[in-house]
Amino acid sequence: MSNHTDSPSELSRRSVLRRTAAVGLLATPAAGLLSACVGGGTEEPSTSATGTKSAENPLGVATETPVEVVIFDGGLGTKYATDVHIPSYKAKFPKSEVKYSSTQEVSTALQPRFASNTPPDMVNNAGSKLMDQGKLVEAGQVADLSDLFAAPSLDIAGKTVGETLIPGTIEQGTFNGKPYVLNYAYTVFGLWYSGKLFKDNGWTAPTTWADFTALLEKMKAKGITPYSYAGANAAYYQYLVILTTAAKIGGADVLKAIDNLEPNAWKNDAVKQAATLWGEIGAKYGNKAHLGLKHTEVQLQQNQYKVGFYPSGSWLENEQSKDTPAGFDYQVAAIPGATASDKLPATGLYAAAGEMYFVASKGGNVQGGKEYLRHMLSKAGAKGFTELTKSLTVVTGAAEGLTLSPGLTSANAALTAAGAANFSFRWDAWYKNLDDECRAATNELMFQGGTADKFCDRMQAAADKTEKKFSR
Amino acid sequence: MRQGKYPFVIGFLIAPLALYGMFVLRPIAAAVQVSMTNWSGLSPNFDFVGLENFQKLLDDDKVWLAARHHVFLLVTLPVITIALALFFAFLLNMGGGTRGGMMTGVWGSKFYRVVFFLPQVLAVVIVGVIFGRVYAPDGSGVLNRFLELFGVDPVPFMAEYGLWSILGVLVWQAVGFYVVLFAAGMSSIPAEIYEAAVMDGASRVTIFFRVTIPLLMETVKVAWVYLGILAMDAFALVMVLSIDEGGPDGATTVLPVQIYKSGIRESDYGYASALGVALAVFTIIFAVLSLRGGKRNAVEH
Repeated sequence: MSNHTDSPSELSRRSVLRRTAAVGLLATPAAGLLSACVGGGTEEPSTSATGTKSAENPLGVATETPVEVVIFDGGLGTKYATDVHIPSYKAKFPKSEVKYSSTQEVSTALQPRFASNTPPDMVNNAGSKLMDQGKLVEAGQVADLSDLFAAPSLDIAGKTVGETLIPGTIEQGTFNGKPYVLNYAYTVFGLWYSGKLFKDNGWTAPTTWADFTALLEKMKAKGITPYSYAGANAAYYQYLVILTTAAKIGGADVLKAIDNLEPNAWKNDAVKQAATLWGEIGAKYGNKAHLGLKHTEVQLQQNQYKVGFYPSGSWLENEQSKDTPAGFDYQVAAIPGATASDKLPATGLYAAAGEMYFVASKGGNVQGGKEYLRHMLSKAGAKGFTELTKSLTVVTGAAEGLTLSPGLTSANAALTAAGAANFSFRWDAWYKNLDDECRAATNELMFQGGTADKFCDRMQAAADKTEKKFSR
Repeated sequence: MRQGKYPFVIGFLIAPLALYGMFVLRPIAAAVQVSMTNWSGLSPNFDFVGLENFQKLLDDDKVWLAARHHVFLLVTLPVITIALALFFAFLLNMGGGTRGGMMTGVWGSKFYRVVFFLPQVLAVVIVGVIFGRVYAPDGSGVLNRFLELFGVDPVPFMAEYGLWSILGVLVWQAVGFYVVLFAAGMSSIPAEIYEAAVMDGASRVTIFFRVTIPLLMETVKVAWVYLGILAMDAFALVMVLSIDEGGPDGATTVLPVQIYKSGIRESDYGYASALGVALAVFTIIFAVLSLRGGKRNAVEH
């Protein structure tokens, strides 16, 4: 953000002093952005356009008002919006324009617009520079989606939008009792491996911890890094795995307690046991060098058959599609059971609706933003999304009739095997500071000789300092 | 003419002063104002919280860690850069010995001058990406591939020697500029002083320490201040190069990175502004102190 590239001819003492002041200014990038807003006071939000409600138009969208959508341009691309959802909206409201833009830096592009109360109508809040969703809700910038979920589905007859969704979807976007966010992509997390590598060596996916370590031992003997993740920017894949094991040992309530910032939630025995087990895996079967690698680098190594298991979500196959050799055959395994007395079955999965879409409460066309989401949640909209992104959506049965890729087929099978034993947590989206702390603590545990006790103590200390804002 | 002098002067000054006020002073004032609020950056509303953010700053371990890293850089970066730059500049200007009573540079010094200056014109982010490959923790890294030839196990540079690695890049990038600066300073030193020194039988080493350095003191001091300011920043390099943006576990964090994290990532612009104000104050104090200090030692020629 701030850098020094001054031309040599200008250096004099006076200019040095002048620059001293300038550096102070550059060093406050935040302050620069907001100078336009501070003191601007509480400008009244423009009133949002509405139309007449009818059976054809259940949300009461103003038929001639444009709607503005902003899509994150990341692993899923933007084609699903431009080729599927926008045409769908336009077909329904031919007189209304859909203003579309995409960005890789959601926060940089949109934060000033929220600060001045002129936000776009619908935002895909994602990527490493996403806005703090909890803070947005708290600031009253996000529209309540209750009426969207109660409205009839666009093309699934006889059902409301809410009824067409996989159970837990609405809850995943609920803040203090009200649904504010649509989590659209349904993501299955687990240990990913190459079907080909396993087949060639006669290996099978493990279900118990003893099988798991025995298999890792065999991989090590073959000169493959048995288990790895990227410490430089993807430590959260690993803390998700540690907490998944904790949930299997102690039940999904362990995660709920962590979400609700309950006293000593991080010091629960289940969390401690999980951290101990994974700390051993890191020390014995990890590769110290991977602390300094980025996720794409480790994923590439897996594509080159140099890494055995890699923890990730079901977007992995699509993200790696360019680098995956033919016949690699992505497969996913549920994280093996940890102990004989686990409360959840070994097939249990961290599976959750992810990829946030929300409607700004102070946009010019709030109902239009919601209507756009209704088009995304139509069967045709969801099917188009799965076709273009190889990711499942939260719309039940929308993938029916599609030919799924190997990884997605495997993820679907894992989901079926898990049955009701799927769970998730919310604290990482609610409290960004805990997310930051947990990345550092996880790297320490897995790569830098940290202990389970230290992991739990650190996280508990950070959680104790966090002010509780949400609960579930 | 004389009567019209003041309107004339004011007429020239008013536009730059207005621009300066608008785009420099006003944002600084705004930053100070925001530092005393709990503004989240996500809505126009905020509450005034007084000095609470500054209190939080004093209790924040990561801030103190970052401050220690600034002190480390503040000492090492100027010392190493200035020493290297003086040495290279001397070689380029005078390293070739005397020819006809004049000091000359080493063979090919014009070419080296360009080589040294090249890193300076690269954007910081590009430098960061390049060094990401240089420091890569396995055999794919330039340095580790080199060490492999000697049978040394791969060194996880960013993981274990993060701050030193970043210091290395900062020095690498800065040194060329100061070589040019010092070379210009050296060429303005009158030739007869060197001539006299050579006639008195002074060696190159003696000339360097007894003649060149004292006469360059003013330039060195300016370089010191400027490098000190660079040590207060280092934002882009840390963001691109380090593990987990300032990690592992805060091992390479600097104040601007903490500002970025609390502002952009955690949407706490009030606190981020308080950090920014603190950093600005430190930088100004440093600059004033180093320009004031050692003023008496100046040697004129």
